[in-house]
Amino acid sequence: MGSNDRQHRWRLGAVLASTMLVASACTATDDASPSAGGTDGGGEGDAGEVVMISSQLVPTEEQETMRNEILADFGGTVEFIGAEPGPFNDQVRAQEEAGEGEISIIGGLDGEFSAFAADELLTDLSDVADELADLGINEDYLELGKLGTDQQLYIPWMQATYIMVARNEALDYLPDGADVNTLTWDQLTEWGANIEAETGERRLGFPAGEDGLLHRFFQGYAYPAFTGGVNTTFTGDAANEMWTWMQDTWQYVNPQSTTYGFMQEPLQQGEVWVAWDHVVRLVDALESDPEAFTAFPVPSGPEGKAFMPVIAGLGIPTSASNPEGAKDLIRHLLQPETQATTLTSVSFFPVIGSDLPGDLSAGLQAEADAVAAQQEADDALPALLPVGLGEEGGAYSQVFRDAFQQIVIDGQDPSGVLEALLPNLQAVFETSGAACWAPDPESDGPCQAQ
Amino acid sequence: MTARLGWAPYALLLPSAIFLAVFFAAPMVQAFALAFEGPDGGFGLSNVERMFGDSSFRSALLTTLALVVLVIPIQFALAMSMALVINAKLKGQGMWLYVYALPLGISELAAGIVWVSIFTQSGWLNSILIGLGITDAPITWQSAETPWLLIGCVVIAEAWRATSIIMIILVAGLQSIPREFLEAADVYGATNWQKIRRVILPMLRPSLQVALILRTILAFQVFATVIALAGSGLDVLAGEAQRWATDIDNDNVAAAYAGLILLLSLFSTVLFLVLLPTREEHQA
Repeated sequence: MGSNDRQHRWRLGAVLASTMLVASACTATDDASPSAGGTDGGGEGDAGEVVMISSQLVPTEEQETMRNEILADFGGTVEFIGAEPGPFNDQVRAQEEAGEGEISIIGGLDGEFSAFAADELLTDLSDVADELADLGINEDYLELGKLGTDQQLYIPWMQATYIMVARNEALDYLPDGADVNTLTWDQLTEWGANIEAETGERRLGFPAGEDGLLHRFFQGYAYPAFTGGVNTTFTGDAANEMWTWMQDTWQYVNPQSTTYGFMQEPLQQGEVWVAWDHVVRLVDALESDPEAFTAFPVPSGPEGKAFMPVIAGLGIPTSASNPEGAKDLIRHLLQPETQATTLTSVSFFPVIGSDLPGDLSAGLQAEADAVAAQQEADDALPALLPVGLGEEGGAYSQVFRDAFQQIVIDGQDPSGVLEALLPNLQAVFETSGAACWAPDPESDGPCQAQ
Repeated sequence: MTARLGWAPYALLLPSAIFLAVFFAAPMVQAFALAFEGPDGGFGLSNVERMFGDSSFRSALLTTLALVVLVIPIQFALAMSMALVINAKLKGQGMWLYVYALPLGISELAAGIVWVSIFTQSGWLNSILIGLGITDAPITWQSAETPWLLIGCVVIAEAWRATSIIMIILVAGLQSIPREFLEAADVYGATNWQKIRRVILPMLRPSLQVALILRTILAFQVFATVIALAGSGLDVLAGEAQRWATDIDNDNVAAAYAGLILLLSLFSTVLFLVLLPTREEHQA
């Protein structure tokens, strides 16, 4: 596999990634009743004890749901370990160094698998992929799961993204002629200004708190929408324009945003009327009172409607002690029933094309519609999660949080701050050796930040 | 005297010495080694330079010092009055002790979350202020744009949470003051204020010293209350150490921050030992 193949894959992946959420969201909206299609894999026989480590579903509540609902019908015993990225990487690699160990299945993000694959820690799952063909797992995601090789190194598991949610009273203050489904980022600012002018309150909201995901807003939304890239357009006129927009918008953002982790809470309390966040971190608001909230696609910038699909997959390490049990678990997790349970219990969307059993609740339906509208937009511009950064992922996100702190909170001039942070960004690529990922153009060797 | 005891005192000291060596001294040495580990594995100052160059370093240091300077006097004034109330042997003395000591049983993070529910825009404080007609619109207490207000919130939460530990030390100190001293002061017609100033405070000096040292060290480590109340809006040294260790995944710079906290704690301890010498006669 040449590095060109890999880079090509990222570009392909980003473009393709977008199409899938649409399909899944549409599927999920179908009123299909009994489970259609699909093999009869999981849930039968005894798969023995399977230890699963996952960088997804880490919050305690989600881990409980995973154990008690999603894994309940599995024909074996699963010890599920949800781990933060640091320990997650350490444990997988420590087991590999030891030669063999209990961890038989890994649940992680595309970017995490690419780092494992680079060190040849993953086994080929092509047989499982063939066997599950009837489920209609999205071809594009399967392609992504090959990580640029001819082997299936992970099987797509579930997906999510980030959208906007507004309290319905905010809709009265939309700028003249604006449609909530086709907003621009400038119109969002205007919207916030209208609300502030009429109510005297700053009611836009971003998750800028300690455990908020604001860095993803810049990496997958603001930067690509304004500049068409992220790392290769980190500085420059378009980047300055984006940060100036953020500075302007911040006048209408609730100043308590620097304490917000999950936007569903301030939305429910009414502290914030319009918010951007991860679907999983918004769903409680929509579920608690579907009549009070509207979910809608993210606004567009000059370069398009940028958004970040989050794709999680399942892989089996070469050091697994129970690979057969792990394969059974993969079959179980991809069954339409399990995918439906995953959607309704932890709000991660399915990756299979088969119809899901049962109806969606109103809140999830609203999210599914917004996700679909986001990806079907003519100007949709998918941006991948960071790829291949490995342990440097935290340092990468820190660059964006530092920029936010200095430019938006401290009010410094964007161009000076960005020039000063550029070496930090480049250091991340040099240390990790990561190539650029979509929507940045391909790079030979480490990505060159500009 | 010493000769007759032989090895017994050393044997008694041994377990705690081993404990301290294994769980305190060794990790401390390791942390310093991490902090001064160069990129090639040898000795180097690159981590310390990176800490000084960290965009949050200055604000973290200043905020931490500001919190120490603001919280400790408030806590001592409160703890002293609480201790005097308990020592006055009022009716229901036991109840006062339990009520005052209640925050001791609550974790730092839980205390922070309790105070978030008070200070947040739709929280208790704003509800009360609006209910009383003092303000029309909710006031934003926890905003990074008004750092002093935010620091004020943390000071209040910290004062509530960590005053009881000082109070307990002071109550113990108060109860060890012989009654004769106060009775003698009464005989000479001392007022209450004179008794506090001339008898109680000087006799409390050893307890005050212990409490000050303990509390200052803890104040340099303030973390969870700040995370809960201020999120990313306020930087403190312990928060930076945590961020470098877990978010950025760089243990070396995290160790540099931890080392700095240790140096500040040592410095303040020495300062209190010098400023508040305890004389033999006070302990007679």
